[in-house]
This record gives sequence, structure tokens and C-alpha cells, in this order.
Amino acid sequence: MPGNVGRAMLGPFADQAAVDVLNHEMGTDRPVLVQYADWISGFVTGDMGMSYAYRSPVAPFLGTALLNSAKLAAVAFVLVVPLGIFGGVIAALYRGRPTDRILSVVGLSATVVPEFVSGILLILIFGVWLRWFPISATWADGAGPLTQLYHLILPAIPLVLILFGYIARMARAGMIEALDADYTRTAVLKGLSYPQVIWRHVLRNALLPTISVIATQTVYLIGGLVVIEILFHYQGIGSLIYTAAKKKDFPMLQAGVMSIGALFALTTLLADLLYARLNPRIRFGGQE
Amino acid sequence: MNTQTAAAGWRGDLRRLSRSASFDIGVVIVLFWVACALFGPHLVPYDPFADDLLNSLMPPSFAHWFGTDQLGRDVFSRVIVGARDILTVAPIATVLSTILGTALGLTMGYFGGVIDEALSRIVDAVLALPTVIVALLALTALGTSNITVMVVIAFSFAPVIARTVRSAVLAERGFDYVAAAELRRENTFYILFIEILPNVLPPILVEATVRLGYAIFTVATLSFIGFGIQPPSPDWGLSISSNYGLIGGGFWWTVVFDGAAIASLIIGINLIADGIEGLRHD
Amino acid sequence: MTDTTPALQFENLSVAYRVKGVSRPVLAGVSLEIRKGEAYGLVGESGCGKSTAAFAALRYLPRNGAVTAGRILIDGQDIGQMAPPALRQLRRQSVAMVYQDPGKALNPSLTIGRQVQEVFELAGVPRADWAARTVEILAKVQISDPQLVMGRYPHQLSGGMQQRVAIAMAIASNPTLLVLDEPTTGLDATVEAEVLDLIQHLRRELSTAILFISHNLAVIARMCDRVGVLYAGRLVEEAPTAQIFNAPQHPYTAGLLSCLPQAGRSKDQAPLATIPGFLPVPGEVISGCVFAARCAVADDLCRSTEPAFRVADGHASKCHYPERAGALPVVAKAGATLRMAEQAAAILQIENLSKSFGDGDQRQRVLRDIGIELRKGETLGLVGESGSGKTTLARCLLGLLQPDMGSELKFAGEPLAGRTAARTRDQVKSIQIVFQNPDSALNRSHTVRRMLERTISLLVGLKGAAREARVQALTQGVRLTERHLASMPRQLSGGLKQRVAIARAFASDPQVLICDEPTSALDVSVQAAILNLLADLQAETQVSYILISHDLGVVRYLSDRIAVMYLGQVLEIGPAETVFSGPHHPYTAALLSSAPAIGDEGAERVKLVGALPTTAQRPTGCVFHTRCPQSIPGLCGSKAPPQIVLEAGHVIECHLPADALPVRG
Repeated sequence: MPGNVGRAMLGPFADQAAVDVLNHEMGTDRPVLVQYADWISGFVTGDMGMSYAYRSPVAPFLGTALLNSAKLAAVAFVLVVPLGIFGGVIAALYRGRPTDRILSVVGLSATVVPEFVSGILLILIFGVWLRWFPISATWADGAGPLTQLYHLILPAIPLVLILFGYIARMARAGMIEALDADYTRTAVLKGLSYPQVIWRHVLRNALLPTISVIATQTVYLIGGLVVIEILFHYQGIGSLIYTAAKKKDFPMLQAGVMSIGALFALTTLLADLLYARLNPRIRFGGQE
Repeated sequence: MNTQTAAAGWRGDLRRLSRSASFDIGVVIVLFWVACALFGPHLVPYDPFADDLLNSLMPPSFAHWFGTDQLGRDVFSRVIVGARDILTVAPIATVLSTILGTALGLTMGYFGGVIDEALSRIVDAVLALPTVIVALLALTALGTSNITVMVVIAFSFAPVIARTVRSAVLAERGFDYVAAAELRRENTFYILFIEILPNVLPPILVEATVRLGYAIFTVATLSFIGFGIQPPSPDWGLSISSNYGLIGGGFWWTVVFDGAAIASLIIGINLIADGIEGLRHD
Repeated sequence: MTDTTPALQFENLSVAYRVKGVSRPVLAGVSLEIRKGEAYGLVGESGCGKSTAAFAALRYLPRNGAVTAGRILIDGQDIGQMAPPALRQLRRQSVAMVYQDPGKALNPSLTIGRQVQEVFELAGVPRADWAARTVEILAKVQISDPQLVMGRYPHQLSGGMQQRVAIAMAIASNPTLLVLDEPTTGLDATVEAEVLDLIQHLRRELSTAILFISHNLAVIARMCDRVGVLYAGRLVEEAPTAQIFNAPQHPYTAGLLSCLPQAGRSKDQAPLATIPGFLPVPGEVISGCVFAARCAVADDLCRSTEPAFRVADGHASKCHYPERAGALPVVAKAGATLRMAEQAAAILQIENLSKSFGDGDQRQRVLRDIGIELRKGETLGLVGESGSGKTTLARCLLGLLQPDMGSELKFAGEPLAGRTAARTRDQVKSIQIVFQNPDSALNRSHTVRRMLERTISLLVGLKGAAREARVQALTQGVRLTERHLASMPRQLSGGLKQRVAIARAFASDPQVLICDEPTSALDVSVQAAILNLLADLQAETQVSYILISHDLGVVRYLSDRIAVMYLGQVLEIGPAETVFSGPHHPYTAALLSSAPAIGDEGAERVKLVGALPTTAQRPTGCVFHTRCPQSIPGLCGSKAPPQIVLEAGHVIECHLPADALPVRG
């Protein structure tokens, strides 16, 4: 049972009659299934419904929030993808040696520490003590792209840390598989130099599987956005869902969650297409 | 060559594991926190719940190693005792999700066909949303309590475990010992649990350990955003949540030790998982 | 030839691997020389160090491997002393290698053209000539449309084509030494024969010396001028090919040769010779001859003193008593039993058996209208290349796959349901299987005892002491001991594991036992023991075997009758000896002639045209007409062939008149 929406909105001291009227107005006194069916039929026709909390359509809120989150995510991705791949490749090339062990343990540790822990530490060090970066991600209205970027760097770092380990791990595994493959041996025995072997024969095969991993990681990234956006006071999809949940604003909550699901489906599809484009085994089908 | 591998059993595996330094560090960290959870209340110098408003927000000192919080409570005592709730909720949730996920994965992998198809859809649907979001949605609808947090985590982690188990079972399904069992008219229960399950236990063990790390991650995160463990628990995530507004004023000790506690516990568990995983690929 | 510098020299070469901090020697004091243009074969069973020798010749050892003593010289140059640039230069110009599993040896994400032209790039050929040279070298390995193949990716080529490309890359620089490490292992017999033909053809054209590594004695006999035999990392014998095979001077070589099932020998005449015991564990300290523990003619001298490598007339042997090798005791079968399978009643009848996979356009008929009768106590051999449906047929008979509608199976006169679950317990226990790979067939977390007990309980219904008695009887029956019962599969060697699988198959006293490549995962010396065991058990129990094997020697040794399958159809069935001698189906002729056999090196090979079609594009008319050397235009491609009955029980599906059918020449 989603609880009493009218009560949640009007507060504990409001008159019961007023709560009832509000619930009736918004249709939240109807059975849950009816409400859900009503909402879902609206959603598929492009009508995302009315927010209980703001008493206005959901769609505009959602649009702004998604755009803001996309900016934050983009900064994180631009930083982490090259970094993660580079880390993984280096670890694989120095397999079993101290470099590899250090990268693996650091990567693992970075990946498993919750964003709010690393976020608070970053705020403390770079925001409070050193004062290099603002501790709020929200910029003044009309700020230029560079100012926006400046505000987004600190919040992006916890996301970078979380993703770094995954991507590096995957890239390392892919590299090691490719380094151990017979075709790499063929390349070495042809008399190619080590850099040539890596560049021409290993990298491409090694990094293909990493692409699909990066795509699936967007989901975890969005999960992390909730915490980061709360911590850094940023108006994105994460804080939108969080606020909606706190206020029991179900249309807003559902719309937010649904759009994340759709986003996931989209990125997975794009990754699959890219993977197929780069992989001749899929591009050209089987043996003739 | 066969005689050498023969010597390696569970005991041999353990011996090889204990030779890995990172695995050992992981075990030490985790055992430390488990001890804190079990015996913490008897060991700590102060009552973690006792207010002392005269001594609020004191920096670390001999009297209060980790300082005091807004209500004057001893941070050290709270950090030690704070292991309790999370080390109850997360492991139970992990065990539940492992049981559920294993049953699901065995079913999908062994029967295949329509059953697999249908269950896979559900699994994919759950996996399409981040756990934190699923939990937010479910906890908003169901209300927050330790029990609902466990159930929500169990259900949202089970699909991941199911997917791991499913692919392991699919590989086992291709082995002829399964065909041999069918050729002596073995019942399905025996094939699933006596023939196949022992062979897929290693990946399940690794996955469950990794999931335990995530369960702690998720419980801490949920507590931080107010949907997990509820006050007045000295839980780490909860403490950080109620104190992080103070860091602008320089009261770093109200959050840093809790943060370190969470980080060390999760890293410890993952070092263990990493050690076991490494053993499998040797 | 004026240049007498050997192409390859191993001087007292020792190689060791470090495993978990312990150094394990793999090669110990191996010395050999390969002259320019010579083809040298190195044979031995798994674990003898032959692949290590191959990779050592290119200075490409695994990260944990190292040369601990001795030198390797290529064209007189010590490759151990080479700096990396010189080593790269060596690999670009002087040595090349081709190995097993060509599908993995080629880079999956680059076109064939790019991979081949890389060799010319490295050899310093001007860029403008790369394409032309690539076409030229691909044509040289008999790829008919090089331009087309150059644009392809490896996965788009068949295994045989992939291996041709790998060979093309290896010979492109016209190297001094070409190392071939099991280059045809894993390929189908007809493809293997084509690749071997190609290598021989290239040898005549190029002056390259060849180091040919194989576990297959017959392949070595066909391809090489001289042969070295490796045992436990030591070279135990070396001689010109003919001498090795006709007059071996080391008991191990002699033993290996007599283990092989050979033409004209069958289970009715004599059991195969075996080599008792096991390879020494790597690192084990051996004071005397490394083979003494397994040698039938060894004495105290052999056990205490390591023999020297003695050379006489170009024939070298590391044995104290080389003259005794030829006089190994041969076990003769007491009172060889003549079989009377022809008169026996049919135990299993298969009629119109078809099996399809997939639906609609994707539908593939893997088996088509199979009709076979299996008689009591006989062995029916099933031969054919991969994709011919042998294993699918086995799985249908066992009830692991449901045959298509209209298929009819009868066991002991009674109809047999399609799935195991629908069969009676009697039927299920009567039809059992020995799988190809014991590692897959035995549950790695169960003990041997548990596997046997469970099978006996479920299928025979015995409990307690009766069950224990049966376990003991089975264990003894397959020559295992009490000690093995408590073992897990990983504690047993390959041969012992296969014995366990056989014991389990016999647990329910089956009347029909399907043996699906029962020895293909085993070394020849172990194979011989398993084949003897199967023959003995059949003599004791009158069980009928369906024997699936790609190894024609094995099939010939065990089988009473043979069925030849192609694309899911039986093209020929008949008594084993007549199927081998002919007249037989043109496909049978091709299959038989493509299998290398010792003493058969000079025989003319029946060559097939084109590639094996898939069941998705089954040819019309006679299925074999697209590759048949004797195809009759206008007839074979349009009309299904009739059945020719040559004699009672020998049936061939072919359009050719009976007197035009090929005969083994």
C-alpha cells in the first residue's frame, strides 16, 4: 500500500476532511491497481501524469533532471573510460608483478567504497580544507559551460572511482585472454615487435568485451547519482527520484524510474550495435 | 600429474588461500568487525546512546578517541557498536538472495526452454534498474524496517546470482555425467542438487561473497539517504547522514571514522572474494 | 647440397618449467640434428615434451619455462644468445611454425589478406607488391580463389582452409626451418589427408627443413625422412623412418608400434599389446633407464645405470639391449573364438530413423531414414566425418534425443519409446553408453564407489551386500582395485577414468553398449588396454557394441560389421573385412585412403572435390555427388541412388554398376 498521499502532502496536523478531498481530487483514494493501470496507460501515450507534490505535469521536471544528470554522467564517463581502459591494459601487460597487484587492489577498493563515503571525503579535503572546488554542484543561473564543468568535477570523482575498478578489471581480463591467445603467439612468431603485436593483434580483440561492460555500468552509475546528487545538492534524476520517494509523489517516482529503465534499454542496444559493428564474427555471420 | 592435484582438496585450497597476503588482510578486517558486532557493547568505554550535551562536538582527545557528536555521544563507541545492525541485515539478505538465486538459476539452467525464457525476462527486468532505485521504490511502497530492507535486497540481488548460477549450470548441462544420470532414470531433484550443485558451488561462493560486499554497500547507502536502518541506531551510514551537514564547520571526526569503518569492511570482504576467485582461475 | 650446416641442432638440450616454485624438467639432454631440406618427425605420447621441443626451437617457451642446459642452433646460430632484434629477424626469415587448431591461430578480427601480407611487410617487400605476393602464396597452398579468401575473416573459412592460410603465412618467407606441431590433429580424415598432401607437395617445391611433431605414428611414417622417439623428456630412439617402423631398437618404440591396431588384425585373433605402468612424474629422480619400470625386457642393469645413446648405422637407441626390442613377448589369445554374429538374432532394430533440429527455414535434418539392425553379441562400427550424425544417432538410441515422427526403434522385438523417461527400466538398463571423454562423463564431485552404487541401485535394484558384491565384481571386471573405489575422478589417470566409465556402463548388465569414441582422448598405449578390455567384456557377456570412432584402425580391430555414414545417411553397411577390402562405396574408398596407416605410405589416395556440405544444404539426388570422384553427370545429382546388395548383408547406396565400384588397391 503506497501510504496516504494526501496526508504526506498536507502534513500530520492537517484536517482529515482536507486530506480526503485532496486524495479524491488526485484519485489517490482509488484502489492501487486502478491507479497504476491509469498511470501506465497514460505513460505509454506520452502523458506522464501530474505530480502530487507540485500539482503540475511531471514531464518538464523530468526533462530538466535528465539533462542535468546527463551532464554529470558525461563528465564522469569522459574521465573514467580512458582511465579504466589504460589501467586495465597496464595491469595486464605487467601481469603478476607489483604494478598489477597494486592496480588491482586499488581498483577493487575504489570500486567497492560507497559514493557517499568517498564523496564526503572529497568534500572535506578539496572543498572544506583546500577550497579548490565548490562543495555544491549547482551553479548560478546562466553560468557558462566552463563554470558548469568546474562545479561538476568534484561530484564526478566518486562515480569515476566506482567505475574505474569495473572497467579496469574487464579490460585487464580481456587483455590477458588476448595475450594468451594462439593468434597472439602467431603474431610474435611472425617476428613482429612487442608494440606491434599489442597494437595490431591484441588491443582490438581485448577491448571488445569491455564495450558491453561499460554500457551495463550506466545502470550502476545512475544508482550512484541518487547519492551524489543529494550530497552535492544537484537537481538531477537521482535527487528527483529521492525527493519523490520522500514525498510519496508516485507519478513522479514512477516516471523517474521508468525513464531510467528506458535509458538502460537504450544504452544496452547502442552497445550491442557498436559491438556488432566492431566484431566481424557477428557482422559477417557464420561460415559459408 | 594426477597424483599432485589429488592432494588438493578443501584443506589444500585453504592453505593456498592463506598464503595470499591480501586474502589474509581481508579476513583480519572482517573478523575484527564481526567481533565488534558481537561483543562491542561490552567493550566500549561509553554508552553509544547516552547524550552528554555539555560535551557535544568535542574533537578527538584521550577521553574521546574519536571525539563526540552533536549530542555529545562518544563517536568511538558508536563506530564500534555501529557494526551490529549492518552486519545483521546484510548477511541475512545475502543468504536469502543466494538461496533464492541458486534455486532460480538451477531451474533456468537445467530446464531451459520456455521456463528459462520466462524467468530470464523477469531477471533482466530487475537487472535493468539500479538496486538503490529498486529499493527506494519498494521501501517507499512497503515502509522502511530492517526486515523490509533485507527482503528488498534479497529480491533485487537474487537475479544476479541466478544469472551466474544459470550460466554455470548450462556449462554443466553439457557434460555427459548429466546424460549418464538421465540414463539411469535419476530423478530431477537428485540431478539438480546432488549431481550439478556441488560442481557449481565455487562460482556461487564467489558470487555470494561479492554480493555480501554489495549488500553492505547498499544497506549503508540506504541508511545514508534515510531508507535503511533507522535511528537511534549508531549505524555508520545513518551517522554520516545526520552529521555530514557539520563538515563545513570543520567537525570532520563526526563522519570520517564511520566512513573508514564502512570502507574497511567492504574492502575486506572484497579482498576475500578476490582471493577465492583467484584460486579458481589458478 | 654443399651447405652442411644443419637447419636445426639441439645440443644436449634440457628445459624445465617452474610450477609453484618447483623446477620440473620437461626435456632432459636431448640432442638431435635436422639437415637442410630434411623432414624430421618427433613422436611420443602426451607429456613426453614434444611440444616443448617445438617451441624451444623458436625460443618461445611459456613464461615459467627456461632452457636449463644445452644449446639450440638454427643454421649454426645459437638462438639462446640472440638479442631481441636478432630473434625477431630470425622469426621473420628463418623459422616458422604451424600448430594445432588453426581457428585459434588466426586473428579473429583481421581479414586473411591483412594477416598474410603482414609477413611480406616484415620481410621488407615493397608495399606495392604485398597484394600480389599474398595472392601468389595463397595460390601456392592450393586455395582456389585467393582474391575472395583475402577479404574473408578466419571464422568464415573451414578448418582445412584455415590451416592452409596458416601454412601460407609460415612458408611465405621461405624459412630454413618449418616447425609443424600436430598440424592436422582435430581435422577430419579427408581434410587431414589434403593438408598432409599439401605439405608433401610444398616440400618438393621448397628447400625447407621440417620438424614434424605428432602423437600419430602413421602420420609421422608418411611425412618424415627420419624419426625421433621421445619418452619422458628423453630422446630414446632415432633412425630413418623405415628402420624405426620395421626394426625398432628400443622397447618403448616397439611397444608403441605393437599397441596400434593394424590392418588385418582383429579382436578375434589376438589382443593388442600394451605397455604396463605410467609415465614417470615430472621431476621424479630416476637412477637407471627412464623406461625400465615399464619395460618387459629390463633387468638390474637397466634399473641401476642409465644407458647411453648408442649409434650404429644411423640408428640410435638409448637402450642397454637394443637387439631385444624386436623380441618382446607377444600375448596370444588362448583359443581364439570364432564369432557367429551373422546367425545371431537382432537385438536392436532401427527403421526410418530421422532426426531434425530447428523449425522452418532453420530446419536441419541431421539424420535421414536410417535403417540398421544390430545383432546379439556383435560389434557394429560407425564411421564417417564430423557432421555425419554418428553421435546424434547414438543419442537417439539412448533416448537422450527424441527422434522425428515416423522413426521406429525396436529392442528385442518390442517397440522402444523415443525418450528414456518413457522406456521401461529393463529397456533403459539394457541400452547404455561409454562416452568419449571420461572427464565429462564422470561427475568430478562424486567418488567412483558412489557412481557405481547409484547406478546399481537405480537400474538393477540391488541393495546392501548384494550391491557391494556387484561393485566388487565390476571393479575387478575392469581391472581396477578396491583403492580406486574411494577415489575422485581427478585422482585417476585418463585410462583409469575410462575404466570407471566402462564399469559404470556395465553395472546394469546392458545388452547394447554404445561406445562413442571410447579411446580418442587416450594415448595409444592406454588405448590398447581399453580396447582389449572391451573385447574381453564382450566375449564374457555377449553384449552388442555400437562403436563410433574416427580411427579406422580401432574400428577395424573391434568391429564385426561397419556402417559408413555421410550427412546423416548410411551409404554403406557390411561385414568389416569386405567394407575395408571393397568393392565399396566411393565415399568409403576416399575415407579409407585418407587415413594414414603404417606400411601404407605409398598408396594412391582417392581425392575428394569440394568441401563437406552441411545438413542445411543437403545435396539433391545422391548426397555424396558433390564430392564424388566417380559422379555420373545428370544422374547422381537428380536421382536418389538404389541399394546394391553385393552379398548377404553388404549393401551400398550408389548409382554405379557393381563392377565399377572401387576396390582397395
